[in-house]
Amino acid sequence: MTRPFVEIDRVAMRYGGVEGTLALQDCSLNVEKGEFIAVVGPSGCGKSTLMRLVSGLWPATDGNVVVAGEEVDRPLSLVGMAFQNPTLLPWRTILDNVMLPLEVVPEHRKRLRAERPKYEQKALDLLKLVGLEGFGAKYPYQLSGGMQQRTSLCRALIHEPPLLMLDEPFSALDVFTREDLWEVLQQVWMARKPTVVLVTHDLREACYLADRVLVMSARPGRIIAERTVPFARPRSQETMVEPEFTKLVAELRGFIALARKGEEVT
Amino acid sequence: MASKAQSRIEALAASARRRRRLQAWLPWLVIAGTFILWELATDLFGISTFILPAPSDVFAAAVKWWKPLLDDSLHTLISTLAGFGLAVVAGLLLGVAIGSSTLVYKGLYPLLIAFNSIPKVAVVPVLIIWFGIGVWPAIITAFLISFFPIVVNVATGIATVEPELRDVLRALGAKPSDIIRKVGLPRAMPYFFASLKIAITVAFVGSIIAESVAPNAGIGRLMMVASSRFDVPLVFAGLIVTGMMGIMLYWIAEFIERRTTGWATRGQDAQNFTPGG
Repeated sequence: MTRPFVEIDRVAMRYGGVEGTLALQDCSLNVEKGEFIAVVGPSGCGKSTLMRLVSGLWPATDGNVVVAGEEVDRPLSLVGMAFQNPTLLPWRTILDNVMLPLEVVPEHRKRLRAERPKYEQKALDLLKLVGLEGFGAKYPYQLSGGMQQRTSLCRALIHEPPLLMLDEPFSALDVFTREDLWEVLQQVWMARKPTVVLVTHDLREACYLADRVLVMSARPGRIIAERTVPFARPRSQETMVEPEFTKLVAELRGFIALARKGEEVT
Repeated sequence: MASKAQSRIEALAASARRRRRLQAWLPWLVIAGTFILWELATDLFGISTFILPAPSDVFAAAVKWWKPLLDDSLHTLISTLAGFGLAVVAGLLLGVAIGSSTLVYKGLYPLLIAFNSIPKVAVVPVLIIWFGIGVWPAIITAFLISFFPIVVNVATGIATVEPELRDVLRALGAKPSDIIRKVGLPRAMPYFFASLKIAITVAFVGSIIAESVAPNAGIGRLMMVASSRFDVPLVFAGLIVTGMMGIMLYWIAEFIERRTTGWATRGQDAQNFTPGG
């Protein structure tokens, strides 16, 4: 049997020393290669902490994180990340912001100078895919929040990372933009099949996008429930009005209500 | 309807143009006004030239002594720029070091503060002992006095990089040197230029102090000599020339700043940009 692509084994994270806040405890989950999972949970349950542990930004205080068979003890360049804020560099144009990972990730960095036109074309194609054609020469402050977030998504994708970590990337957007971007993300995922971990507090988003939804408990966070999402792809607006979809969302909402009260679920 | 909207847009553009024109002329108007008031006041209250010479006296003195005035101000300008240039190089290097390493920060900061608290006038005699009377004490004093604001500002710019921006690069496996190059330095540039504007003006203070303590050449010496001969208009001419050089270099710094860090000052000339939609 092959190993899962991401293995999180009884991980714990405590902030601020021995007496500090315990954000995660006994948190275990596996993600298969090419799988799209969503992690939902009450606010402050340590979802973002989990992201940071998997991407190697912070070391876990206990337990193991293994990605692609390799113990994560430092940031890995095989990860693409997008955060709740666009976090674009304000002094770079949109195109240069998208190209940033190529200047850092070792395998691209060496080739970037020689093959710049090819890479630039790739970045422009990505921008076109998310609906930002013709905005490459603009600066971030000239774009709306939703457009900046699209750019940030392109930046997470440009180096074709096998693992995509998305930390509530759509939560600051209006409903229309958000649903547009779900569609874009689904397209990208279907085209390239990266492994995706999406943290969100939007249950419809989780059910629309993911193969599997994991529910976390209140702090200290651990996985308390898991549901497979059965709908065929590509999913669409129609999927979201199916009774099955509504039922799944309601069930997950029930889990979270319980988690907030600190009760056990099965 | 369309023509109404168009005329409104034109009216807005015209008022923006008027405002910009006023902004361009305002500094000159204020300077001219100050001189006129000054002239009138000395006339009206019969202030003697020895206490406060009228601008016309100062101008006459400047015309009469134009040659030494020009030579000495060039001399001062060159030593100031030399000291300032050294301060830019050293300030950038040390600022990056202090801003990117907490250890260097904790270790060096108290020493830097202590050093900056020393009045530079007190250092000039030491410099004269070390380097003799000549151009070096002026250069080094200009350096010492303008170095500190650059270090502090560059360090602040780098140390206050948003953790999220740092995470973006760290998540890609970037080395600390990558983070400084791609995020820290560009982010520190507005701070750097803000400090240049302070540094260039205080650099003049440094070189002129040194020239006055060790009168060898330069505008400082000229003013010392003039005041010892009670030629107060010439002293004032020296002061005004120094002020003019300060403004000139400030403008150059500001020009470079606008060209390189437009992203940070977009608020002031937002009308030059069209929003992306």
